[in-house]
Amino acid sequence: MIDLANNTDNIPTDQQFSGLELFAKLVSELSASTKTNDKLQSLVDYFAIAPDSDKVWVIAIFSGRRPRRAVNSRLMRDWCTEITNYPSWLFDECYHTVGDLSETLALLLPETKNENQINKNLSHYLETFISIEKQDESIRKKFIIDSWNQMSRDERFVFNKLITGSFRIGVSQKTIVNALAKTVDLSASVIAHRISGNWDPVTTTFDDLLTESASVSDFSKPYPFYLAYALEETPEMLGDPCEWQAEWKWDGIRGQLIKRNNELFVWSRGEELMTDKFPEYFILKDLLPDGVVIDGEIIPVVDGKPLPFSVLQTRIGRKNIGKKQLLDAPICFFAYDLLEYNMEDMRNLPLQERRKILEEIVLPIKNKSIQISEIINFNSWEKLGEIRTHSREMNSEGIMLKRKNSDYKVGRKRGDWWKWKIDPLTIDCVMVYAQKGSGRRSNLYTDYTFAVKDGDQLVTFTKAYSGLTDKEFAQVDNFVKRNSIEKFGPVRTVKPELVFEIAFEGIAASNRHKSGVALRFPRMSRWRKDKTVDEINTIEDLKAMLKMYGK
Amino acid sequence: MSNLVSFTDKGLYCEKGNFYIDPWKPVDKAIITHAHGDHARFGSKNYLCHTFTKPILRLRLGENNYQTLQWNEPVFINGIKVSLHPAGHIIGSSQVRIECNGEVWVVSGDYKTEDDGLSGKFEPLICNTFITESTFGLPIYKWKPQQLIYDNIINWISKNKENGKTSLLLAYSLGKAQRVLQAIKETAQTIYAHGAVFNMQQMLIDNGWKLTTVERITPDTPKELLKGTVVVAPPSADGTPWMKKFHPYSVGICSGWMQVRGNIRRRNADAGFALSDHADWDGLLQTIKATEAERLFVTHGFQSAFSRYCNEENIAISAEVKTQYGSEDEEANSEQSEPIKETEV
Repeated sequence: MIDLANNTDNIPTDQQFSGLELFAKLVSELSASTKTNDKLQSLVDYFAIAPDSDKVWVIAIFSGRRPRRAVNSRLMRDWCTEITNYPSWLFDECYHTVGDLSETLALLLPETKNENQINKNLSHYLETFISIEKQDESIRKKFIIDSWNQMSRDERFVFNKLITGSFRIGVSQKTIVNALAKTVDLSASVIAHRISGNWDPVTTTFDDLLTESASVSDFSKPYPFYLAYALEETPEMLGDPCEWQAEWKWDGIRGQLIKRNNELFVWSRGEELMTDKFPEYFILKDLLPDGVVIDGEIIPVVDGKPLPFSVLQTRIGRKNIGKKQLLDAPICFFAYDLLEYNMEDMRNLPLQERRKILEEIVLPIKNKSIQISEIINFNSWEKLGEIRTHSREMNSEGIMLKRKNSDYKVGRKRGDWWKWKIDPLTIDCVMVYAQKGSGRRSNLYTDYTFAVKDGDQLVTFTKAYSGLTDKEFAQVDNFVKRNSIEKFGPVRTVKPELVFEIAFEGIAASNRHKSGVALRFPRMSRWRKDKTVDEINTIEDLKAMLKMYGK
Repeated sequence: MSNLVSFTDKGLYCEKGNFYIDPWKPVDKAIITHAHGDHARFGSKNYLCHTFTKPILRLRLGENNYQTLQWNEPVFINGIKVSLHPAGHIIGSSQVRIECNGEVWVVSGDYKTEDDGLSGKFEPLICNTFITESTFGLPIYKWKPQQLIYDNIINWISKNKENGKTSLLLAYSLGKAQRVLQAIKETAQTIYAHGAVFNMQQMLIDNGWKLTTVERITPDTPKELLKGTVVVAPPSADGTPWMKKFHPYSVGICSGWMQVRGNIRRRNADAGFALSDHADWDGLLQTIKATEAERLFVTHGFQSAFSRYCNEENIAISAEVKTQYGSEDEEANSEQSEPIKETEV
């Protein structure tokens, strides 16, 4: 630990900050900086001067261990309108302009903080949240309002954020880990291991968590992933098809399954330790041999068939996985490659040899939680091209091509591994509604609803938020502000004039939408300034697509 | 009640006096509240504006038939009494007061209620009908006192200096730049400026304004000279190759929109200073109450919400009006910025 007393010359102006104010300053810096190194430095500075109890909470918050909501956002909203006397429609207008509830509250509440107010620690607030969670509403209300009254705008913002949700300021677990590695004398991989798993920030001290004495060798450490580039041309350029192994490209989370020292670890490609998120894999601790690392895809599977990514999404955001999730989206591991066997690094062996051992390990297991990623048999590129056209039916994104004698490289490299994705489906349509975005799109109309023609009417069928450049968004925003019909509420009805090409990965029947279809991963692929609303696609076109590609 | 001013497709029009106020299409006679591009447009035959506004219009619109007035100096146009009054927005910015048979209408143009020491102290005018802007007409917009913001800017500059970084301040070249330059003039021996800011500053100095001088950055300005200094540039310079010269630098944006975090993040700024030349929520409401106007027209900004609030709270009988203001003023429209006058500076 840094000894503050010997270091006074180098203490920046931060010294005057303490408690929640110091944390608010950290959050401001983290959200303002766009560079990982700056974020890292802000965290290192914070860890150097914050009290230990607050450090533990910062680690907990940024690794997804926020306490349960002490009050819901509806109540906070009501208390704010009660204090400010603003009508609720005006609160809503403000909220849609700011795009963030915590910030809206912080901006609307009157400034009452007295200059000499002493700041309480972050841990005080978080631990009070836990202690009042089950108490009467009046007690919770008193605590929240009293706290608001003692805070500056920035402090209120982080205080509200602690209650209502995540910070979304681009701090990955990896950044936290690296910052801690500069604070305590432990390696990053050991820290990552220590701060993962089940620990309670209320009862865990900073020393418990990160004491330097306990020398644990890090059995969880993953290998860096080898990533493929997209194949932009036809595969003929790859030469003899016999030299290539083809597999389906699955749309889940790339992951590494590790069993060492009789413990099981699951890492995501983002180097996040996700073991606890997938209880389906726990059994593999008993079924896999020790000293094994397998690269593969974390993906929900029912009756041997992978489900769309959206199904997985409903699970990964959750802290606790319930019975329903386990039933609706049972997770399987599609094994791609073998990186370690008998505690030995296998990455320099040719792919086909690694594959052979992988099959020997995985095939006999016969458990729903793991299966081998099937190899596609083909003898010509033409034949493979034909097979690829069936990707959508398989819920696959296309085909992976790997050179049979390739070693397992580090990071994204050209040459031996390629992803040959299918082209998205597209449809031309017109924008009819617009809504303001949130976060960095605050006060900008960036969330759009699109319609196709149905006779001489328009029928909405999808929303899309992405695909345009900042400049194009600004232009569309300007159009919306000048051509919107209704005035109140978040949604503007817009003159149907701007035509966009929407690209999407799949289409399914849906009775939740008026058009009767639901698209998978829709985004704006082109702004068709060359087309008028008369030239857009029709509901019949959509239905034809549904018939062809829907399941 | 009659309508002394009507809202036409060319702009705000006084039929009895046969003149327009800040028209967006060419007309015979235009009264100009202030020299920002969305209020002062090309092509009219005659312009009437405040004495301070004229040289700026000349710089931006070229030679035209300009007539000027001092504040509180009434003239009669076709029998209508017209006078200009300080609006506090930028140098020369004026409210337009129109009187006919004892009835008074006031067109605010853009205004702010805090005295910035350059633009003249805003005076609310008693009137029957007030036409107000509403750029920041939501209660999330409540400005801190300007001195506090200036202090923040100055602290930011010295922190950058400590870290060996150039402070690149983005401020609209007409209005905000002069204000910011006055506030930070002590932070460096030489303050550097983008050509657009330099031209405006120099023109104002040439016209007798006691403003701090700035050094124009040219392609010949040596890079080493700029290390750790302060540079003021218009928002449109942001993200252009022009900025490479200042590396390593930190970008600070001075605009009321910086009140909301998302805007700072979207602009990829290192710092945002919510310094505005427009009235905030309280400023708008206090002004409207002070005018004692029974009728209110709300133009560019959050006109729907602001107008509804004024109606519901019985502040005035209010209606919103669609205008073409707010399209070229960087601050009045968060996503647009002034066109760069010179591309190579």
